[in-house]
Amino acid sequence: MTTKLRSGFWRQSLLIAGLFAIALLALNFLIFDTGIVAVVLLSGFYQGMLFFLVAAGMSIVFGLLDVLNLAQGSFFMLGAYVGFAIYNALPEGTPITVRFVAALVGAVVFGGVLGAGVEIALLRPLYVRPIFQIVLTFGLATAITELVRGIYGPSGLVPVEPPAALNTTIAVMRGQFETYRLFIIAVGLVLMIGISLLLQRTRLGIIIRAGVQDSQMVEALGINVRRVFTLVFALGTAVAALGGMTAAPFLGAYPAMGEQFLLTAIIVIVIGGMSSFEGTAIAALLVGLTRATVEQISLQYLNTPILASISILVFMVVVLLVRPTGLFGREA
Amino acid sequence: MTEAQVILETRDLSRHFGGLKAVDGVNLQIYQGELHSIIGPNGAGKTTLFNLLSSTLKPTRGRVFFKGRDITHLPPYRMAHLGIGRSYQITNIFPSLTVFENVRVAVQALGKHNFNPLTPIEQFQEYREQALEALELTGLTHVAAVPALALSHGDKRKLELAILLAQNPELLLLDEPTSGLAGEDVPEFMQLIERIHRQGQKTTVLVEHNMNVVMSLSDRITVMHQGQILAVGTPQEISQNPEVQKAYLGEMYAGIEQAGPGGEMA
Repeated sequence: MTTKLRSGFWRQSLLIAGLFAIALLALNFLIFDTGIVAVVLLSGFYQGMLFFLVAAGMSIVFGLLDVLNLAQGSFFMLGAYVGFAIYNALPEGTPITVRFVAALVGAVVFGGVLGAGVEIALLRPLYVRPIFQIVLTFGLATAITELVRGIYGPSGLVPVEPPAALNTTIAVMRGQFETYRLFIIAVGLVLMIGISLLLQRTRLGIIIRAGVQDSQMVEALGINVRRVFTLVFALGTAVAALGGMTAAPFLGAYPAMGEQFLLTAIIVIVIGGMSSFEGTAIAALLVGLTRATVEQISLQYLNTPILASISILVFMVVVLLVRPTGLFGREA
Repeated sequence: MTEAQVILETRDLSRHFGGLKAVDGVNLQIYQGELHSIIGPNGAGKTTLFNLLSSTLKPTRGRVFFKGRDITHLPPYRMAHLGIGRSYQITNIFPSLTVFENVRVAVQALGKHNFNPLTPIEQFQEYREQALEALELTGLTHVAAVPALALSHGDKRKLELAILLAQNPELLLLDEPTSGLAGEDVPEFMQLIERIHRQGQKTTVLVEHNMNVVMSLSDRITVMHQGQILAVGTPQEISQNPEVQKAYLGEMYAGIEQAGPGGEMA
């Protein structure tokens, strides 16, 4: 059913994204030898998946609720801190695997509850005032970051140890790659496919897709849209918190991680076309690959990764010049 | 007709926007099974009244009753569950869903298991059948798999009707269903509405700016003027009502004559 929906526009968007990916690949093979290419690609995928985990919720929430949730990065960071707290609070003698899984599950549950609470208590009174919602989520982000800084200190926590199998390296082509990054890629892939199936194949999904286009209409058809809003916001927050806890054993948990990932996530959803889920997923991977490639180039020739963060901004500008609504975005 | 049961009733219904009395003290009775049109010039309060009837707006004062039940303060999404379907003045469809999916959302919205997210849509055969039936009625079967945004404007308005019909409402509230339609498509579209109304034994309330459109098919007409009811009656009574004529009908006649083909004006 959905394939019939994909018009020329969709094919054209895919083509642009595909050409860009091929160009990146070609660039990689031109500059680096194959061992490094493999590492760059895997690194791009792992970064892309983390961006995806933050941006996915933002994009769906923006589409359905018309709220640009600037607190999403802070939810990501909170997921890491909550996960670490659970990990460390379990009694001595608990196997590492159990701690690790408990931390992941705990982050998801915490994220879901927090998201539902924020939507019901803070966002709901403000649907008539969209600008206030942006200010509110920005304030929430600042408050959460400062709170964490106050409680845990500004420098961050020592990364917790993941299970042994995820705490080693494997040889990829002629390069070495941490298995934990593969785990991050796997988590991202599972969620990408899962959310996509949810949106395309289930009745909740079709209500969300319809609501993204016209939530008032969905309400007129007899759906309690407010309840769907709460559910979707909670899901988005849960995914972000899971992302934070997934990233943290590798990146560590520190107060500023929220802001860093928020900025990249905004770039990702702008490139993807704001409320398009597919666009967000593809854009996240492209941004990850761009970042990893430019990072490697920058390290190799300038001895500093400085160009990496600039490159994704340039990428965004170029995409917006070619297509002002983003890769997969349509004008309203 | 006068013996008929009242299905929708307003008592002293008023909505003020600051000093503007958009709807002021309206007492309206809609009988079961009738096709009732609400007409009036721009600014008469038709759309505000319509939004009050469909619970999209809350009144400043007064109440709305559906089959004797006070529905004034029910949330908008409850309306569909009671058997009240509404359309909008602006075309409201889901552009990037297919025509079929558009209608199926409507059927599904009244189903019971919306929040079991793991149930695949395809399992629900009855949704499918109901949706196909609504497409059949509106003559859209051949474009079922097309994305709604690819439809012509006329077909989009038909799709809106199909979305409504899929829910099989008892009471249809239609806000200027012919707005934006090309002049030559209007009669056909109104015939479709009339057929749906008669065959489905529905009660239909039609808000219309172009009075030409409603004269031939309405059972009764309510004329709004400056937020209040100016007159209620059969099309013939309305067209002969001196007060209606004096107040503003002349102005509307002029507009109709400019608009093109004449209807069956008495």
